[in-house]
Amino acid sequence: MKIVVCAKQVPDTTEVRIDPVKGTLIREGVPSILNPDDANALEAALAMKDQNPDTEVIVVTMGPPQAQYMLRECLAMGADSAILLSDRAFGGADTWATSHTIAAAIKKIGNVDLVLAGRQAIDGDTAQVGPQVAMRLGLPAVTYVQNIEIEGDMAKVQRQLELGYEVIEVKLPCLLTAVKELGEPRYMTIAGIVDAYEKEITLWGREDLGLDPSECGLKASPTRVFRSFTPPVKGKGEIFTGTADGMVRDLMVRLKEKHYI
Amino acid sequence: MEKDLTLYHGVWVFAEQRHGKLMQVAIELLGEGRKLADDIGTELCAVLLGEDVKDLTQELFAYGADKVYLAEDKELNTYRTDAYTKVITEAIKTYKPEIVLLGATHIGRDLGPNLAVEVDTGLTADCTRLEIDPEDKKLKQTRPAFGGNLMATIICPEHRPQMSTVRPGVMEKPSYQADRSGEIVTLKPEFKDGDIRTQVVEVVQDLKSAVSLTDAEFIVSGGKGLGNPEGFELLQQLADRLGGVVASSRAAVDEGWISPTHQVGQTGTTVKPKIYVACGISGAIQHLAGMQNSDVIIAININENAPIFEVATYGLVGDLYEVVPAMIEELDQLKVEEAY
Amino acid sequence: MFFTEQHELIRKHARDFAEKEFTKEVLDEIENTAEFPKEIFKKMADAGFFGIKMPKELGGGGSDHRAYVIVMEEISRASGIASIYVSSPNSLMGSPFLMVGTKEQKEKYLRPMISGEKIFCFGLTEPGAGSDAGGMTTTAVEDGDDYILNGRKTFITAAPLADYAVIFAKTDMSKGTRGITSFIVDMTLPGVSCGKPEDKMGMIGCATSDIILENVRVPKSEILGKLNRGFSTAMKTLDVGRIGVASQAIGIAQAAIDESTQYAKERKQFGRPIANFQAISFMLADMETKLNAAKLLTYHAAYLKDTNQDASKAASMAKYYASEVCNEICAKAVQIHGGYGYIKEYKVEKLYRDARVLTIYEGTSQVQQMVIAAQMLK
Repeated sequence: MKIVVCAKQVPDTTEVRIDPVKGTLIREGVPSILNPDDANALEAALAMKDQNPDTEVIVVTMGPPQAQYMLRECLAMGADSAILLSDRAFGGADTWATSHTIAAAIKKIGNVDLVLAGRQAIDGDTAQVGPQVAMRLGLPAVTYVQNIEIEGDMAKVQRQLELGYEVIEVKLPCLLTAVKELGEPRYMTIAGIVDAYEKEITLWGREDLGLDPSECGLKASPTRVFRSFTPPVKGKGEIFTGTADGMVRDLMVRLKEKHYI
Repeated sequence: MEKDLTLYHGVWVFAEQRHGKLMQVAIELLGEGRKLADDIGTELCAVLLGEDVKDLTQELFAYGADKVYLAEDKELNTYRTDAYTKVITEAIKTYKPEIVLLGATHIGRDLGPNLAVEVDTGLTADCTRLEIDPEDKKLKQTRPAFGGNLMATIICPEHRPQMSTVRPGVMEKPSYQADRSGEIVTLKPEFKDGDIRTQVVEVVQDLKSAVSLTDAEFIVSGGKGLGNPEGFELLQQLADRLGGVVASSRAAVDEGWISPTHQVGQTGTTVKPKIYVACGISGAIQHLAGMQNSDVIIAININENAPIFEVATYGLVGDLYEVVPAMIEELDQLKVEEAY
Repeated sequence: MFFTEQHELIRKHARDFAEKEFTKEVLDEIENTAEFPKEIFKKMADAGFFGIKMPKELGGGGSDHRAYVIVMEEISRASGIASIYVSSPNSLMGSPFLMVGTKEQKEKYLRPMISGEKIFCFGLTEPGAGSDAGGMTTTAVEDGDDYILNGRKTFITAAPLADYAVIFAKTDMSKGTRGITSFIVDMTLPGVSCGKPEDKMGMIGCATSDIILENVRVPKSEILGKLNRGFSTAMKTLDVGRIGVASQAIGIAQAAIDESTQYAKERKQFGRPIANFQAISFMLADMETKLNAAKLLTYHAAYLKDTNQDASKAASMAKYYASEVCNEICAKAVQIHGGYGYIKEYKVEKLYRDARVLTIYEGTSQVQQMVIAAQMLK
């Protein structure tokens, strides 16, 4: 079985800080990591490979040249090969353009039985690229997948809902997007890291994928960022005094106003 | 090819229903959609798919829809990506709305991206604010990014419809006007073999299993001010109302009132819930280190000089044994109101 | 300057592992029970930490000494005791097998050591022979195809847990250090027993005890290396071991600095964070500078090993300096924490205790000074 895992290198948003004076995002010194949901997707692929050593696991990412560090990590976890889609023309892509580029790469790989992706990336949180890649490849897709069983050319998966889950059957080839519950990603190993640096990472640009410049990056993106800003900082809190009932009523008004409850 | 944007009219809301019941977020979207439609000067439409769901149309009108696009078929009983995508794609292509809003639920966030590709437009995920630009009447969609550290306002200038998924619980629910009515446009879905490539073989309802401290969205935490271990039972009642969990300061653990697994702070767990209610916790730096990044901190303490008030979003100076029961009562009241 | 991109990924690997696994609950449990959790031991083996620089053919990672230093540093930063479990198969126990073991011995012993299936201990020190290893009194007397071992080894790390011990014993009483041979001793053999585990100051979570040998019959095939060459094996092993202890020292010192800078920024006295007082900030500056010097010495020693240069003096300097400044840094970290630093709930209290053994085991600071001076004066 040939599995493609779509992954993204993202800034570790838990480490992102706001400059208290300028009110801007401090990106410096923020480590880049393998997007957590994508790690769960990779784990699912590697678990299938554990079961059936004939499985080939290919990791694909679109990003700047630095994204190769993340690909090395995927290789060190046990992926067979890695492809980096990198080109100036890909810059500024929204999910529409990104999914178009990734779909072109998966077509070029060819004969893929299963595409796995993370549900969403922690920098954008859109959850759009996975299903859109499937759409462009003409593959059925199931999102929010928390369990996968492959039997022959059928996948029986659990799709997470807000309360509970659905059991869905879908024929291969298909695309599944992974949530955390799909499985704790394994650690790299020392030997895996040594091996990862003995492998070549394949680099594909726009021309390798046979894409026209108008199909890529910002040019092909329907959405634009109009402006971005940091959310207003928490001011000094509000102190209520008086009777318990009075204070609680005031508190509830605030919580409702701000949609906290 | 450039699209002729002037052909697109109307604000559409995906009226997500499950088991024949409208989702809260669908109602919230009708409220928001109404405002947007009024700002543009256009109509508000709901798109309702399901099997035998016609009864819901009245509710949609009452919450502000002028028109309901209704598709009923046994294939639409439970949400399936392919079936819903096909029906709504055809409707969008036929009726050309200028805005399509979906709730950012596990269904909306599955359906949205598929529709966007099918009708060749952009989609902005998980919006928390929508507004119409007074100049050009275009939709400005604001959403958090970078784990909430940054807000971005997104526009979709050259493609139609402008599509957003909207975070549940953010937009205001409109009032219910029982006498409102509107037009029903019936869609006639047709499915061929192979149109729907997934089969839902089972739906498993699962009450939320106990959440850990780090995953909890609501935490009610107690300190030495509780005075006794029974105080945590009261906090548990409040936590139950919020759908949250009980935590504690180190002082309460030291007193032996609660197990150390509940401890929040530098030497315990670091938490970042939506709401952290600190009851009878003075706010030693060791405790603050573990909870000060919570979205909202509600502090209840009898001592007005307690350091916890320095980090509190809302501080209530008073006896927690009066304040907490009052909160429980208010929340119960709120539930009753919501039920109607 | 000493590291490649590959080394940096190994650092990330070790750091991710340490941060995830060594939570406060786990560390407390180890401290309270004095036992190291088996499941974490297994995970460490699976992560490849037990055979970092061992050949891949034997299940090792095929990396180098710098990678070993990095892993030791990152693991020690989270848990001193965990680093002892990393050090043993990579250094004290693995090195002799790798250096002088036969093919069969490597297969039989080194492979399960790397995979974490078997635990080994290193039996050199005796009650009357610590720094002066040549003064040992444990004897091995030839008897047909076997040797009969008698004696007592002391302060043997992991002895009560071990499946096998490498025991150094006198095979020729007349020749001093040139009459010492190393034997692989199955801990289940008749006549082998362990003393009561010592109640240690720090590095809690790996039982340390005496090993008592009473007429233990060991086949000649279990001699590790050549007859009467055991001392040279031991000394070469300790060379690598010193780099390992230096790595533990820089890891523990780093943890002490991490804790101290965070605390100094958060703790307020006289209306401002104590970090704003020069008395504190200058202490931090000293700690940081000394730690960085220690790191460079340690990385350099590993680099020399990796490039097949003589690392004996460099390893001794790294071990000597890093372990001494680690103690100094941990003491200052406790000082910065004030009263809280003296309380077990705060991490620096443990760091202070764990650090103390570093200037003592695997060659005291004074022995290192002897080694360094001897090399200068030869």
